Amino acid sequence: MPFACIFVPDFSLEALLRAEPELRSQPLAVLEGKAPLQKVFAVNGPGRRMGIDPAMAKAQVEACSGLVLRPRSRLQENAAHAALLDCAQSFSPCVEDVAPGTVVLDLAGLGCLFGPLPKIARDLARRASELGLESNVAVAANIGTAIIAARGFSGVTVIVEGKESDQLGGLPVEILLQEDLLTGGSQPRDEIFETLRRWGVRRLRDLAALPEVGVSERLGQQGIDLQRLARGATSRTLVPVELPLVFEEAAELEDPLVLLEPLAFLLNRMLEQLCARLGARALATQELRLELELANGYADEESTAGTPAHLSRDPRQRFHRTLRLPVPLLDPRTFLKLLQLDLKAHPPGAPIVKVRLTAQPASPRAAQSGLFLPPSPEPEKLELTLGKIAGIVGEGKAGSLQWLDTHRRDGFRMQRFAPSEPREKPATKPTGDLVTALRMFRPPVVVTVTMRAGRPQEIICSRRQEVGGEIVWAAGPWRSSGDWWEQQPWARDEWDIAVETTSGITLYRLVRDWLAGRWLVEGIYD
Amino acid sequence: MSSIPLFSTAERNPIVPGPGKRLGCERVSALPKLAQVTPASRLEVQPAPEMVSSGVRELDALTGGWPRGCLSEICGAASSGRTSVLLAALAAATQRQEACALVDTGDMFDPASAATAGVNFERLLWVRCDSHAKDSPGRHPSTALRAGSDTEKKNNAESSQTASAVEQALRVTDLVLQSGGFGLVVIDLGGVPYRTARRIPLTSWFRFQRAVEHTPTVLLVTTPAPCAQTCATVLLEVKQLSAISSQLSAPAHTQLLNGFSVQGELLRSRLRKPVGSVATAFETKTLCAG
Repeated sequence: MPFACIFVPDFSLEALLRAEPELRSQPLAVLEGKAPLQKVFAVNGPGRRMGIDPAMAKAQVEACSGLVLRPRSRLQENAAHAALLDCAQSFSPCVEDVAPGTVVLDLAGLGCLFGPLPKIARDLARRASELGLESNVAVAANIGTAIIAARGFSGVTVIVEGKESDQLGGLPVEILLQEDLLTGGSQPRDEIFETLRRWGVRRLRDLAALPEVGVSERLGQQGIDLQRLARGATSRTLVPVELPLVFEEAAELEDPLVLLEPLAFLLNRMLEQLCARLGARALATQELRLELELANGYADEESTAGTPAHLSRDPRQRFHRTLRLPVPLLDPRTFLKLLQLDLKAHPPGAPIVKVRLTAQPASPRAAQSGLFLPPSPEPEKLELTLGKIAGIVGEGKAGSLQWLDTHRRDGFRMQRFAPSEPREKPATKPTGDLVTALRMFRPPVVVTVTMRAGRPQEIICSRRQEVGGEIVWAAGPWRSSGDWWEQQPWARDEWDIAVETTSGITLYRLVRDWLAGRWLVEGIYD
Repeated sequence: MSSIPLFSTAERNPIVPGPGKRLGCERVSALPKLAQVTPASRLEVQPAPEMVSSGVRELDALTGGWPRGCLSEICGAASSGRTSVLLAALAAATQRQEACALVDTGDMFDPASAATAGVNFERLLWVRCDSHAKDSPGRHPSTALRAGSDTEKKNNAESSQTASAVEQALRVTDLVLQSGGFGLVVIDLGGVPYRTARRIPLTSWFRFQRAVEHTPTVLLVTTPAPCAQTCATVLLEVKQLSAISSQLSAPAHTQLLNGFSVQGELLRSRLRKPVGSVATAFETKTLCAG
């Protein structure tokens, strides 16, 4: 059974470069530790050529001109490792999480799907590169050999079955002394390394050539295991990982972000990575959660809540936004535009030091619709349009209507506009009954009414003179009330009145609000 | 002095270009640039747009319905019945399972009337434009995180402060038409004073008309008086003939507004002959919402 190992050398560096690919060609050093005792943890090729070595102090390297320094980011390493797992699982369901930056996958039976083993290895490397990680890929007949080959050889390597010892022989013996290769044993690995060094064992072929009895006597079972690894003769079963599907990208910022444009640039990159990871699993997303950590956050007294986005702030200087979409989508440009519109309407209010973006996975929707059905708006375009409309008219002012369980006038609320797919149904013919429509005044117009014999005779409105006039006809009153058990009960008398105006007869709905003690013109019949 | 008379006293001869002019025309038509120009007499006849029911039998007989891919205008004074016609169009469109959009300039839409008319709210996008709303953009407190460059921020602040309900409606209509996929888009300017509605530039109407051209969208506008001018393919004016009530002589508490008697006059239609206005009458009924 063949196995493939994907290994990302200088994983902490690659995780940073995944977020800032423009630094790949520049000298870059990753620092670790607490100030002022920070030390260089990893350095890339251009940085090494400048003479920068790991374990140098920050003070030593700060003076180097052209050298870019970045703190080590666990957040980005976690996101990069998750991307690596997604890459592996897009090829095989059996993936083992060996170590940060190292995964092994079982290639049994994949030849029919993806082709020969060398092609699979090249495709793995290419897919990892598309996710922003430059990696080594090695294919071998057993897991240990695949891991050693991926760590020892750069690029794509295929170890021929039966020739493991020959192909691995030239690698240094230090490559065996990784925590994930040494299983069990009582001797610390430093002692084993020291013993091998005193014996003059430098390469794996040297270790493989040692007599087994002597290795067993001097190094015990650990020694035997190491020798088998050097010979490429180990066998163990793959321990597949069952990670929950979490699609998250995070970034810690060196300098706090103040403007929305650089934030949009960062979000665009994170969205592309998320969509690539989702696409690798044949998934889409229906919910995006954005969490921003603010530099000098403050508690905002004004809280707004409503679909599709919810705002919440907590005392730990975090700012959350949630975008819920009507259908699963996988377009990073659409997501970016929606996030931009949302952040313009609800800016965080403080500089941003950390960004975390999470996508809730969902099955992609089937987009095929009938040929003879009426057209409907495309979900992606509709979401953008609704976001832009909300930016013009305000939140909660555009959508479809949902009735509330009350008899109160205007007892409805606005909800997200998400028309269902049209079904094949014969078109109904017009009934011919044209309903008399009412146009509502929002808010209702306060008027003064002159009553005579219990009947309104004249209305006067100071704010809207066109509403006032002599009432030539009146029908009513119709009394209604409700919600008397609630905090806001209502009780009213309704009249339909006809007022003579210069343009003719105008019909209004006149309301007597008994609780507020005033007359209102609620609407006009039109 | 020319010896050729300008007018013949015996008879008027048609003006025939002389040989020099004929040669000139032939040379002009032979120019390479004009070789691809199609004479007007040979232009293809554009197919008539598809008509959809307005929801009112009498109006369908009068206008043939509302044309797809065209701008149609309904004008009328207050209590003329124009909103009733608008709701009938929305009901018919939603019953055809088409997505509809209502750009409500004055936030005057009555859901109870619409429900009685048969409008399916699941398919209706209701955009409530109101420049005095508390939640209008630009009323959020200014924050440390700015939305872009200084110039853009200034433009955004100025535009949000000065946008009236009509401006909001025009911008929203642009977005809705660009989005596409709607069977019916209604711009309700019925609550806007005529002096404000007539200030809408003709370029806006022209832009809307071009936006719906060659699409299956019906664009309907309700106005207090004709505003879209030549951009409207169909112009319907509605007038209230009378209000219908039962038992006029009875006390007020026993009377009921039964509806209107409405006259609809087709002032303009590029889709039917004769070109002159024709009228029809119909009635509205006041039904009790459940």
